[in-house]
Amino acid sequence: MMRSAVSAALIGAAVGAALAGGVLLAQAQSAKTATVSAAVSAAVSIDNFTFNPPTLTVKAGTTVTWTNKDDIPHGIAATGNAFSRSPALDTDNAYSFTFTTPGSYQYFCYLHPHMTGTIVVEAATGSNATP
Amino acid sequence: MSEFDRDDGVSRRKVLACMTWVGTGVLWTVSGGVPRSLGIIDEAVAADVNGLTFLQISDSHVGFDKPANPNALGTLEECVNRIKALPRRPAFMIHTGDISHLSKPSEFDDAERIIAQTRLDVHYVPGEHDFLDPDLKLYKERYGAGIKGAGWYSFDADGVHFIGLVNVVDLKAGGLGNLGAEQLEWLEADVKTRTASTPIVVFAHIPLWTVYPDWGWGTEDGAQALSYLKKFGSVTVLNGHIHQVMQKVEGNVTFHTARSTAFPQPAPGQAPSPGPMKVPDDQLRKMLGIADVTFKQNEQRLAIVDTPLQG
Repeated sequence: MMRSAVSAALIGAAVGAALAGGVLLAQAQSAKTATVSAAVSAAVSIDNFTFNPPTLTVKAGTTVTWTNKDDIPHGIAATGNAFSRSPALDTDNAYSFTFTTPGSYQYFCYLHPHMTGTIVVEAATGSNATP
Repeated sequence: MSEFDRDDGVSRRKVLACMTWVGTGVLWTVSGGVPRSLGIIDEAVAADVNGLTFLQISDSHVGFDKPANPNALGTLEECVNRIKALPRRPAFMIHTGDISHLSKPSEFDDAERIIAQTRLDVHYVPGEHDFLDPDLKLYKERYGAGIKGAGWYSFDADGVHFIGLVNVVDLKAGGLGNLGAEQLEWLEADVKTRTASTPIVVFAHIPLWTVYPDWGWGTEDGAQALSYLKKFGSVTVLNGHIHQVMQKVEGNVTFHTARSTAFPQPAPGQAPSPGPMKVPDDQLRKMLGIADVTFKQNEQRLAIVDTPLQG
């Protein structure tokens, strides 16, 4: 249990470092990717210990960014480690992850696990479809 | 009050209603599971010079700088000054977690520098805020001597058996605090050979009893842990995490949560979320503080004095 948490946190830290310049950097990367896969971005706000929207449906290739608007840190972890865990997000910190594989991803706050949310990733269609 | 005491009838309600921030603190004592009137207890404790006395502090959140308390290190230092000024020096101190706010080395350093001024031995258990560094190693590096697993251990003092548990690791979606199978097994073995007359003190960060599940204030497998303690005549469970004083008595088990030294949180269900509660500046120090616990030998009796920073 500890070992998987550590590796996930390390990945999270790397993503966090990439975010040092703020969300703009993540969006810049999304925009760059968009030229080849029409990737878009979507946002989840963390407010009053709630993920908003609690369920977010996106197309494969979408970069989802969580931003913590609370006065207390939160952290994003996927059930079954289905996607990389975020570092601890202090107030106004953000974390982004690009979902490429369709599916339903349940996640929770690893500091306050009563906080839960879902990202539903649908297959991209037409010329934008991911292989 | 709210649902945590709904099954306890009028008397507890009345006692809880008396639990206001007055004088030098609020005094709790329990004899045979019944909370007694405050005045009598006050005298009883004042007269007691032979019991084991130790302190509990909790939820220092060193590094927190938001409006609810822009200087959490400062209020920790005020608590430490209170401790240094106590007329009777306690045997030791326990800290029930969330030492740091974001598990930064500087936060642990600052906490250590201030808490060391008490010149007391401190027994720690971690809060979820102490396991936020990328490698999850800083807490164990600093407080890990003699601990097992993620940080559980036990020790004895003056005939009382103390058990520090960790319920902030490997939390599951939608769930409460979690002890886990390995720790429960260790606990069962740890208490098995002890006699039923041994007073037991269990301390952990998140309440082991269900205070308010909607906010995650409880421990998923807490009831199983407590089932191993059924044979003991005196069990005291000390927790933090919820940044306010709450008490509940069930048979021979007394549950108690301590104030934070950093910022208050709302009573269950009294706010949209359990986030830091901003109160007027002149009220803050009435909602932060320390707890002082005394055992009188041979009396199965315990007294907890919750002392706010400011009366």
